Amino acid sequence: MANFRELLTATKSEIQEVSTAEAESLRADGAVVLDVREADEFEQGSIPGAVFIPRGHLEAQIESRVGEKSTKIVVHCAGGVRSAFAAKTLGELGYSDVVSMAGGFNKWKDEGRDWSTPAVLTPEQRNRYQRHLLVPEIGDEGQLKLLGAKVLLLGAGGLGSPAALYLAAAGVGTLGIIDMDVVDESNLQRQILHNMDRIGDRKVDSAKKTLTALNPDVNVVTYDRRLDASNIEEIIAGYDVIVDGADNFPVRYMLNDASVKAGIPVVHGSIFRFEGQVTVFHPLSGPTYRDMLPEPPPPEMAPSCAEAGVLGALPGIIGTIQAVETVKLILGIGSPLVGRYLTFDALDMEFREFKIRIDPTNEITYANRDRIQVVELEGHCMPAPLVAPAR
Amino acid sequence: MAGLNRRGWELSEPLKVLYRTDVAYDSTPNTRVTKDTPMSVSIRIPTTLRTLTAGSSSVTVEGSTVAEVLSSLEAAHPGFQERLIDENGALRRFVNVFVSDDDVRFLDGMETPVPDGAEVSIIPAVAGG
Repeated sequence: MANFRELLTATKSEIQEVSTAEAESLRADGAVVLDVREADEFEQGSIPGAVFIPRGHLEAQIESRVGEKSTKIVVHCAGGVRSAFAAKTLGELGYSDVVSMAGGFNKWKDEGRDWSTPAVLTPEQRNRYQRHLLVPEIGDEGQLKLLGAKVLLLGAGGLGSPAALYLAAAGVGTLGIIDMDVVDESNLQRQILHNMDRIGDRKVDSAKKTLTALNPDVNVVTYDRRLDASNIEEIIAGYDVIVDGADNFPVRYMLNDASVKAGIPVVHGSIFRFEGQVTVFHPLSGPTYRDMLPEPPPPEMAPSCAEAGVLGALPGIIGTIQAVETVKLILGIGSPLVGRYLTFDALDMEFREFKIRIDPTNEITYANRDRIQVVELEGHCMPAPLVAPAR
Repeated sequence: MAGLNRRGWELSEPLKVLYRTDVAYDSTPNTRVTKDTPMSVSIRIPTTLRTLTAGSSSVTVEGSTVAEVLSSLEAAHPGFQERLIDENGALRRFVNVFVSDDDVRFLDGMETPVPDGAEVSIIPAVAGG
């Protein structure tokens, strides 16, 4: 029977060790840094971007965190002992390119290499988001991404209400809301952010009250103004995702032009009576609003919900799908609705999906971003001509 | 096509009350019925245009290209032509027509072939939120 020293020596002979300097250059080349210390050690300081799995959970969790077994992995602990055993275990699990960092985090830190105190969930947050934390695709890391994310909602109405409620409940850290209306009794048939006590209040204020009462973690930023060419670029700057729940074509086209210019994905939803449509316009990786719809219909062919009516629960479905797509974009999981136009017919209770393609004649693209002018749009919503980039 | 639901299945007797009461149902339970109409195509009608079809969400017509299919639709339910097609005979830019899941703007437009049994969907732009 081997004692500890003999076991460690035997283990080290079966794995590959690297110095902290070698580890640093492997990390720069894209290797996954895997921290196998305990939570209290990790929270006091860690290597930025490291995947954290305490050694006791390593076997059970590694496959859901690092799926590809040929991934280059640099394992470390505090001093290089636990990581040696962890590296051996990873080899037994089929990971083929694993090294252990000799000297561990202590040496790394002493040598002045990059480290930081990671954001961690408070005990209250751990309790609140427990059902997210249990999902391997979300976990602590995903929940922290949500808490650090900024989502802008265009409209606190039919679509914006369910989207905002679920995003706030999910712990999206910053929710911006643009709306210039006040709450009217006729809104309450579908706009579930608001209630009887808020009639006559600004919608953004009512939304903020509802959302902060639901989740005080969320910083609700309100914009009680009409979105126009003079303010849109400034307002959307810094947001990670925009949820489009606008109620007219000119604003949707202007949002398209500004979001393409800024490279921000837009989760689009629209509704009419019993039908809803939802998709994701991602300027960096797929078609956008102008690719799908080169021109809006004339007003007489496109009555608004105010004129034509809408089933109250319909925006609940479409807005909730927008919230799901937004969360997926933030977490970088699953297959988003990029290039996919999902339609819902509540009467037939059917979803259908259509392909949207990039239109080569559309000049409002991310590649042309420096030449896009964002202007007020009317009628046919034709974009302003591209201009030479500002110097 | 009476007695069929939209997926081409006959409905069994006990389900009758759960479905439409304005069509007669065959009592044979859930048997697939083969198509007998030549080049028949079903067109999905969006809510915005159902006033032209007396409320029907799907219309079956004949035709082997988008132009022929829309022309048959116009003959059966007048009013579609002016809403979908411009003065030059092209699809209006604010209407998307799909054959199965493909946008005909990226195929051959009005000349896009429509296979027998295919579904053509008209998806108008809506902006409500």
